[in-house]
Amino acid sequence: MKLVLKIWRQKNADAKGTFATYRMDDVSPEMSFLEMLDSLNKKLVEENKDPVAFDHDCREGICGSCGMFINGHPHGPVPAITTCHLSMRYFRDGDTIWIEPWRAKPFPVIKDLIVDRSAFDKIQSAGGFISINTGAAPEANSILAKKKNADDAFDSSICIGCGACVAACKNASAMLFVSAKISQFALLPQGRIEAKERVREMVEKMDELGFGSCSNSGACEAECPKQIKLTNIARLNREYYKAF
Amino acid sequence: MDAINKQGKKAIENKYGNLFEMYKTITGIDPYEEPMRIYPAGHYTMGGLWVDYELMTTIPGLYAIGESNFSDHGANRLGASSLMQAAGDGYFVLPNTISNFLANDIRTPRIQTSSPEFVEAEKSSTERLNKLLSIKGRQNASSFHKRLGKIMWDYVGMTRNEAGLNKALGMIRELQKEFWKDLNIPGTAGELNMELEKAGRVADYLELTQLLIADALDRKESCGAHFREEFKTDDGEALRNDKDYAYVAAWEFAGEGKPHILHKEELKFEEVEMKVRSYK
Repeated sequence: MKLVLKIWRQKNADAKGTFATYRMDDVSPEMSFLEMLDSLNKKLVEENKDPVAFDHDCREGICGSCGMFINGHPHGPVPAITTCHLSMRYFRDGDTIWIEPWRAKPFPVIKDLIVDRSAFDKIQSAGGFISINTGAAPEANSILAKKKNADDAFDSSICIGCGACVAACKNASAMLFVSAKISQFALLPQGRIEAKERVREMVEKMDELGFGSCSNSGACEAECPKQIKLTNIARLNREYYKAF
Repeated sequence: MDAINKQGKKAIENKYGNLFEMYKTITGIDPYEEPMRIYPAGHYTMGGLWVDYELMTTIPGLYAIGESNFSDHGANRLGASSLMQAAGDGYFVLPNTISNFLANDIRTPRIQTSSPEFVEAEKSSTERLNKLLSIKGRQNASSFHKRLGKIMWDYVGMTRNEAGLNKALGMIRELQKEFWKDLNIPGTAGELNMELEKAGRVADYLELTQLLIADALDRKESCGAHFREEFKTDDGEALRNDKDYAYVAAWEFAGEGKPHILHKEELKFEEVEMKVRSYK
């Protein structure tokens, strides 16, 4: 199929960006969105032009690096998938596709569609872990957890930290991400020991890095490729009130 | 289909619902209606860097843990066993071993970037980047990666034979020559350059795949995901040769363009008996 791509080009964080137009004449519906961009870059390099910089790694929906805005939606218009899983079948011959990077102050553009998401790592290292003595095997089954809690903790833990929630939010709030990381531990006995410090420090770091406040509009939940629930945010708030 | 007819759609949905949903979103095919298109394939490179029992590589102070090392046996490592190894290495082994190395270095002052080793390493890295950038050919790194992948897919999949492996080796050597003659990387090394990053990886893949083939040619038996068509039972199952091949093949890098040196590490079983896994 034939497509027109409008892609955000920006040399670096300080440069002014702009949309560039590219025409694609031979896109196959079997391609993934990233394969389509690969074929554009192949062509650009053959013409000795600067290829479009975009991030990608696993291409199986679990690394979280391929985030980009496609036609106004993080990871594209199809719910519950990452860009790498987005198939070109979902587009029509003759479509114009707008492709942009995440737009949020704490995620500065590095180049074109690649943003610096290290703010998420900083929040994680402020408390997104449990402290244990490694080196020896703990007694199996000595700490019991309810099946329901273990299942809910698992559902929260599947957050891949891609940043779609921040990109979707009009306030660039990181609450869905932080609440998933908090919930993953808050629901399990191993996570209770450091629960108070964890929530205080992660929230403090999140605010310090310039993420906005949550106004409960739910855009994050609607756009999350891993379907992380808004109830995580309610849990985060409860954990936060209990921590003082 | 048999399973759906026997157990009902509901039972299958409870077990594999998420997986089926994901498959449908990606492929556009409903796996409840049409058989899923699956293909057996090697999982990554399976082996990995040789390490000693402390998980240190042949470079003093460089440790390789989890899926990056050879996992003591160098053989197949599928989903759950790679996860188990990551947990095992990180939780049980490394906390007890890396301190042995660090203890000896506790009084070593901060290493300066003016040290001759650093200067030499920086020089060789810069030279390599410049070498890639200065080719100024026509094709991008991904095109070579794709073609390399096709050769590996066709001749070095789970099922391989001597003629195919040799053919692939010749094709990859030609592709490698073409890579170093016709690669094009726009931009410079002084900026974020995804093409340069990818080219460095593809240059490595072109070497690693040749080593994979050398190893597959050397192992004249069928074992796990290495199914040599020449070595199979009458009913088509893998035919292992424990007498000659019950060892880890640790290949030593002997320098660019030189053949790797094979070190054999015998696999000795004391507590358990080595058996052939039957899928029947």
